[in-house]
Amino acid sequence: MTDNFQETVFKLKRYWADRGCIIQEPYDVEVGAGTMCPETYLRVLGPKPYRVAYVQPSRRPADGRYGENPNRLYKHQQLQVILKPSPDDVLDQYLASLEAIGIDLLKHDIKFEEDNWEAPTLGAWGIGWQVMLDGLEITQFTYFQQCGGMDLDLVPAEITYGLERISAFLQGVESVYDIQWAPGFKYSDVRLADEVEFSKYNFELANVDRLWRLFAEHEAECKELLAAKVPLPAYDQVLKCSHLFNLLDARGAISVTERVGVIKRVRDLAVGVARLWIDSAATEPRPLGSGLEAA
Amino acid sequence: MNFLLEIGTEEIPHWMIPSALDQLSKLDLLAAAPSLEATPRRLVVRASDVPERTPDREEIVKGPPISAGEKAAAGFAKKQGVDPSEVKPTGGYYELRKRIPGRRTIDILAESLPAAILAIQWPKTMYWTGGKTGPRFIRPIRWIVALLGDQIIPFEIAGVKSGNITRGHRQLGSSSIPVTIANYESELRNNFVILSAAERREKIRAEASACGAKVAQASACGTKIDPDLLETLTFITEYPTGIRGDFDPAYLELPAEVLTTVMRHHQKYFAVESSPGILAPHFVAVMNTSRDPDGLVKKGNERVLRARFNDARFFWDTDQHKKLADRLDDLAHVTFQAKLGSYKDKTENVVTLVHELAGSEHAQRAAMLCKCDLTTEMVKEFTDLQGVVGGLYAKAQGEPEPVWHAVYEHYRPVGMEDSIPETPEGQIVSLADKLDTLRGCFSVGLAPTGSKDPFALRRAAQGVVKILVEARLDYRFDQLATGDLRDFLIERIQHYFREVRGFKYDEVNAVLAAGITTLADVEDRLNALAQIRPTENFEPLAASCKRIRNILKQAQFQPNGAALKSDLLEAGPERDLAGRLAAFVREGETDYGLRLLKIAAFRPQVDLFFDKVLVNAPDPNIRANRLTLLSNLLSEFSTIADFSEIVTSGDQKQ
Repeated sequence: MTDNFQETVFKLKRYWADRGCIIQEPYDVEVGAGTMCPETYLRVLGPKPYRVAYVQPSRRPADGRYGENPNRLYKHQQLQVILKPSPDDVLDQYLASLEAIGIDLLKHDIKFEEDNWEAPTLGAWGIGWQVMLDGLEITQFTYFQQCGGMDLDLVPAEITYGLERISAFLQGVESVYDIQWAPGFKYSDVRLADEVEFSKYNFELANVDRLWRLFAEHEAECKELLAAKVPLPAYDQVLKCSHLFNLLDARGAISVTERVGVIKRVRDLAVGVARLWIDSAATEPRPLGSGLEAA
Repeated sequence: MNFLLEIGTEEIPHWMIPSALDQLSKLDLLAAAPSLEATPRRLVVRASDVPERTPDREEIVKGPPISAGEKAAAGFAKKQGVDPSEVKPTGGYYELRKRIPGRRTIDILAESLPAAILAIQWPKTMYWTGGKTGPRFIRPIRWIVALLGDQIIPFEIAGVKSGNITRGHRQLGSSSIPVTIANYESELRNNFVILSAAERREKIRAEASACGAKVAQASACGTKIDPDLLETLTFITEYPTGIRGDFDPAYLELPAEVLTTVMRHHQKYFAVESSPGILAPHFVAVMNTSRDPDGLVKKGNERVLRARFNDARFFWDTDQHKKLADRLDDLAHVTFQAKLGSYKDKTENVVTLVHELAGSEHAQRAAMLCKCDLTTEMVKEFTDLQGVVGGLYAKAQGEPEPVWHAVYEHYRPVGMEDSIPETPEGQIVSLADKLDTLRGCFSVGLAPTGSKDPFALRRAAQGVVKILVEARLDYRFDQLATGDLRDFLIERIQHYFREVRGFKYDEVNAVLAAGITTLADVEDRLNALAQIRPTENFEPLAASCKRIRNILKQAQFQPNGAALKSDLLEAGPERDLAGRLAAFVREGETDYGLRLLKIAAFRPQVDLFFDKVLVNAPDPNIRANRLTLLSNLLSEFSTIADFSEIVTSGDQKQ
């Protein structure tokens, strides 16, 4: 029998737990991608190994389609895996994870197509691929190279599964809304109202002036927290700014000329947090290790 | 000895592989010529006849002078670590003939290969182990096979030791295959890796064609093998297999341009035609595996394509809610270039320019609509269809054929290979669009510098030149461009006639030096010149023209409009030449070819003149008159081309 959405998620979590990952819960501040969670953004910095996996609901206001498009969502779920440092057989481990959720690789076509990842607001980029399964992009795979504008000591592998796509594929449905989430509940039962209302908010209702004011407030808060040398609370403010930027963008409130400047404001904060995290990690003991030896 | 190097990596971007192989072909294998192959996961160098060792050689070490005595010689021998008997007095000095033994090739390669492999230049590299000081390569190196004969060439890169173990296809093959040089390729094949790119390419071509042939109604139709896509697929697969997929014929209502773009660019599928120019509801996908036992791959690809086509249909329907003409104001929010304003500003410029260039009302309407598709969902999704989408929408919205056609093709020519717009309206809108971009960018200091050309101005200029020449447009070049932009365009004119049209560089220089009215006229003069060039009189006459130029220059002769005084002409060659020139001027031949033939026919008279007549005559009046004759001759000859630019056998090639 085909797995429902949550069974697929359970299996992926189990798979990575068995390979030494901490299973985290989603971060509770709005993010555009699992990469932005402190569990990735901050933990990839510094010399200590780390392994973590978590589902992250990711908000991309501009991608909302009022629940009318079968494949595009304002908020989608990613399963984010960080393996720091990246093991030599990381691609084999990834492929085995597909087997673990019921994809028989001998009966499918897998291709790794060049797709380098970059997040200008985070000063982060990496090298990697989009993984294509029978012509469908199901995963973004990235070897992080820089984060917060700094070269990384240990290159982590980041595996980002697009859970809706994978589930729709496994269940053979044409629309994400037809995915069986749990027995008796479809994806539309759980999330459709969300998509409709937030599309309305993101495109029509969000008050642009207030969003700009909020952006400035969170930016100011972040700067004060950076001065107080508390990187984690400061980083929450970065995420707020980043989300507000995405909202303003969806509202069409950022002109092309302004865009570069706003991105730089967010990046400066993010880079500041990353630096602070590295500096304070050097002086204060932090629970960074996971018992794994550095390569 | 035979040599095999296989660099095993994670999947390398397909477009970078040919350049990497080219660099590996320069690997120093001691005179043996390497052959190269690659798949996405391996770069392979093979060679035969690699010498087992380098030859011994002799080195002469000069010691102390003989006058320093035998004691010094013994000291020298000791220092060199040899017996004193080996040090021989030669030519006033003690000298040691030192034998340097050759080295084993395997040792040399073990030392040189790691650096040579890591020296490959890639457009973008990564590190993956050893921190930021670790080795950099395009993707992680996971295994290395390095063999010379039956021996492993021992070395290590990024913690990977060379050996004789290769890996097969990710899913279908073994991940640990011991190989010898002799069985390497066949072992790979047993493990579902076709090493030869040529063989993979042919397999794709044959299978894709076979998939399409079954559904084609005419023999000339079937799978459209796009060469770029074929190359991409060759280098993203280790074991390519083509399969046919189908889609609902209802999608054929969408424009073929959109369907083809989705298939080719987004999904890497070949499109299939049922009859010439008519798409069939099928596609060919190329898998990186041997078969599709349960039809799941076909089904999966069909599902993805259906979603993509649904998106496209959704975009099409949504976009029709707002006509192109009603989108003009929205262009105010789309930046063309920060210093040059929005696309609305640009549109206004282009409309004005089309008007100035005497474009028809249809052309002006097309200019007004041409950028409006930038705000459509379809173009936001499929950016390379800009222009095409605008044209299709204009057609659907009832614009007249000349208008929509002009919008459709106004980005052409996209490259040197691309043809210019077919319609006069398309030509003029494309010309105005590109010219406006060039004028705008040059006016705010955004001219290309060196290799940097972020606004693709060279391409725009090349398009301007191509359109002006090939559409034979009647605009005077000097009215289109002045100053730096004029110089920039002249470079592109030279490039176009040399590289695209194959004229010799000196012919192009000669014609341009005679002045530019329209570019079509430049083309006519070049054709006439290239035709006369091989005839026997031409190059000697060109040499004479150069001589005349030098004489006039040396004499610092300034033509002051003084008429030739026939009474000062000496009977014989001088008078004959002047008479002939007068007749030539009277005839006023306008056909470039005939005129050049007549000019070339002056050769005997000109030769005779220089042979018999002293230009530098003692009488200043006669001298001035002769210079006037030569000056007149040169200016009459130079209306088509400045022959002094022609490189003749007597010149050094510039």
